[in-house]
Amino acid sequence: MTTSTYLARKDVLLILLFAALIMALLPLALDPFRLNLVGKYLTYGFVAIGLVICWGDAGILSLGQGIFFGLGGYCMAMFLKLEASSVGATKIQSTPGIPDFMDWNQITALPWFWRPFHSLTFALVAVPMVPALLAFVIGVAMFKRRVGGTYFAIITQAIAAILTILIIGQQGYTGGVNGITDLRTMKGWDIRSDHAKLVLYFANAILLVASLLIAQFVRRSKLGRILVAMREREDRVRFSGYDVAAFKIFAFCFAAALAGIGGAMFTLQVGFMSPSFVGIVPSIEMVIFCAVGGRTSLLGAVYGALAVNWAKTTFSEDLPQLWLFAMGTLFIAVVVVFPNGLAGLYRDHIAPRLGRFLRPQLRLAPTGDGRKQGATR
Amino acid sequence: MTAETNFLLAVEGLSVSFDGFKAVDDLSFYVDQNEIRVIIGPNGAGKTTVLDLICGRTRASAGSVTFRGHELTRLPEHEIVRAGVGRKFQTPSIYEDLSVFENLEISFPRGRSVFGALAFRRDYLVRERVQDVAGMVFLDGMLGERAENLSHGQKQWLEIGMLLVQNPLLLMLDEPVAGMSVSERKKTAELLHRIIRDRAVLVIEHDMGFVADIAHRVTVLHQGKVISEGSLAHVKADPKVVEVYLGH
Ligand SMILES: Nc1ncnc2c1ncn2[C@@H]1O[C@H](COP(=O)(O)OP(=O)(O)OP(=O)(O)O)[C@@H](O)[C@H]1O
Ligand SMILES: [Mg+2]
Repeated sequence: MTTSTYLARKDVLLILLFAALIMALLPLALDPFRLNLVGKYLTYGFVAIGLVICWGDAGILSLGQGIFFGLGGYCMAMFLKLEASSVGATKIQSTPGIPDFMDWNQITALPWFWRPFHSLTFALVAVPMVPALLAFVIGVAMFKRRVGGTYFAIITQAIAAILTILIIGQQGYTGGVNGITDLRTMKGWDIRSDHAKLVLYFANAILLVASLLIAQFVRRSKLGRILVAMREREDRVRFSGYDVAAFKIFAFCFAAALAGIGGAMFTLQVGFMSPSFVGIVPSIEMVIFCAVGGRTSLLGAVYGALAVNWAKTTFSEDLPQLWLFAMGTLFIAVVVVFPNGLAGLYRDHIAPRLGRFLRPQLRLAPTGDGRKQGATR
Repeated sequence: MTAETNFLLAVEGLSVSFDGFKAVDDLSFYVDQNEIRVIIGPNGAGKTTVLDLICGRTRASAGSVTFRGHELTRLPEHEIVRAGVGRKFQTPSIYEDLSVFENLEISFPRGRSVFGALAFRRDYLVRERVQDVAGMVFLDGMLGERAENLSHGQKQWLEIGMLLVQNPLLLMLDEPVAGMSVSERKKTAELLHRIIRDRAVLVIEHDMGFVADIAHRVTVLHQGKVISEGSLAHVKADPKVVEVYLGH
């Protein structure tokens, strides 16, 4: 058994190409401001990877990934906010040592659920775990009862809406509609400087590539094949001795944890977190960029996240109202004309031509479609 | 009433109704070790529903299903499978997007938990078992093929193969030769003869030639009830059976 079955050469090559693009080409080509923007778009790549596993493979459409992105982002923001609210820095408040928005809301002591966020270690563990735990609870409640398909999608939407309302309503505990702002340092390291932004960009890029490799490993394992099998013939999988609900819960939690990491990296690079990244619209946008890129291709979905978010920044500055319509149109066009998104376009039209062009060189190397090799050996 | 432990499968007083309609009505029958039992009966008699009840797809409203002394009616489906009950569906039920190899591999009884599946390795044992079974179900040359490219008959064989990889003690087949060409039918009969050794089999079938070929005993179902049971010759001679089923 070689690792090529799990990480086929061609896929790894494409991931390396992507790594070269985001870690070498873009940092050389872009100014710090634009690079920071790309870094922000790339945080949505984590969400896209999760959606490929959860939606593309397992067929579970979640219209609530903003929940998990937001929870991860808030976990990070709570730590940073507490560090920015030291007693010394908040002397002028009526209760020094608590975040400013709490003071404005007449709160006089740090709420219990904020306290553990004094610890960076706790915050870093919470970033993937809090979203995964919530996903676990939702997953057990839904999948054990065989709630699926459209009902599940609607319920995730409802939870996204509830969470937004909760965050906005509980201003004293959450910073309300403005979110948690004015984040400054992480263990004394100023995250607002150009240098820090560059370091964070690379940290984000490395995490994203690592996530791609982990997701690739999951997809290549038997678990990955069971997810696809489940999407097609749930009953057959069940009657082959698998607990279908457990596999769905895993896929959903995996996607949630990744989204949480994306959210935390967003907070770090952008410098704040607010309910506008949590609710219904951002959650739907996440599904759209995943679909545009190709929901059955990890890299496709990540490129989709980059492309759609780039387009959003570019167009929504001039025509903010039209953007939503443009986005909707794009989504419908993709679903109707290219159900496999950009990745499908690449696979069906570009790759064959490239292949013909590169064939002479490739002959020499053992070309590896790991699946076929494993199957016929 | 308790089940005799020497029966492999004991179905007793089993009932289920759909919206007031009794699809299976106080049904009892017993299957021995290594017995090949065929269930026949007119369309809508409740044959498929009986298999659904045994494997947990449909929950019984009354009665019990005892398999090797264990009660099945309250177990979740995957536990029933793990206890040794395999089920083939009436329409071929395979994973079109996966290769033939992968289809068979998924049924391999190891790594059935989430993390077990993550750590699962396609080792020598798996490859050998899949190869063997593929040979048995006439698909040895097609392991790398995507399952959607198979013919209807090949899909039926693939699903039977998936059950064999699972190696169940009780094999339940719902109309395994339906929709097959004459030559495919012959090959399937041959295949079934080979695979039904050393295990109990519960088959639903309409093809009487095929039934005569394989059945040890036959149970005739009508409106959710057993109307006759015994050797094929016995049930064929039963006037009730002739009236509701064979007479047409
Ligand atoms: N899930 C269900 N809900 C409602 N009615 C059902 C359900 N499943 C089966 N039935 C009804 O129960 C009766 C028995 O159906 P079943 O499929 O068991 O028949 P069958 O003997 O397998 O017939 P066939 O030979 O046509 O396959 C039929 O009248 C059918 O319409
Ligand atoms: Mg039937």
